[in-house]
Amino acid sequence: MPLTDSLRDEILGSVPSLRAFAISLSGNSDRADDLVQETLLRALANIDSFQPGSNLPAWLFTILRNLFRSDYRKRRREVEDAEGNYAKTLKTHPSQGAHLEFEEFRTALEKLPQDQREALILVGASGFSYEDAAAICGCAVGTIKSRVNRARSKLAALLYVEGAEDFGPDETVRAVIGGSGG
Amino acid sequence: MKDVKSQASKNAAPRKPGGLNSEIQSRIGHQLRAMYDDVVRQGVPDRFAELVRKLDVPGGQPQVEDGGGSNDQNGRD
Repeated sequence: MPLTDSLRDEILGSVPSLRAFAISLSGNSDRADDLVQETLLRALANIDSFQPGSNLPAWLFTILRNLFRSDYRKRRREVEDAEGNYAKTLKTHPSQGAHLEFEEFRTALEKLPQDQREALILVGASGFSYEDAAAICGCAVGTIKSRVNRARSKLAALLYVEGAEDFGPDETVRAVIGGSGG
Repeated sequence: MKDVKSQASKNAAPRKPGGLNSEIQSRIGHQLRAMYDDVVRQGVPDRFAELVRKLDVPGGQPQVEDGGGSNDQNGRD
């Protein structure tokens, strides 16, 4: 498909969600923007291979996801180090209320295996169907479903069970965990 | 071609009533989307807008407007 102005507009329209996906995957906004930039360059360079009428966001997400995965293998060690330092930073600032809860969520998300994390984000945040998410990840629909389920279970365990005592959950969370008996 | 927004509506907050506590699941779903939408709301940073508008396709034909108005497609670094 030739790169028309309307196609450029559609590509630009996907940029906000591409950034959100990239940040959710990498946990680092600078790196995420590099990924988005690389994705756009590749997409524009390969625009001829885009099928008119097919799902443009899914095509762009596929490019970004593949870039992230090849990059991830190279940087794995680096990322793990960064995670360790990040956790230390959190512990030295114990009283940040809602902000802490947000960071805690992000940290928990980063602890998920990559397959599960990307499946959860694509379905639960980007709003792709299971079928589109399966196409983006190059796997079966059933595989995506089971990754999403495992991701949810693991996040629940990390955020609302395992970490409960360390972080001193509020009444609501206790009630939820304990079944709201009073 | 669909955009991301139209897809988002058909697939919001799937729940598993029989599996994990649905209260916890809805909380996780909410936090996930809050984190994501926080970035989406930032819109398109200038660097990407410029990149997509200005980049010519290698070996492609020059842009042909179908009367859609003017833009800065000829900009160079």
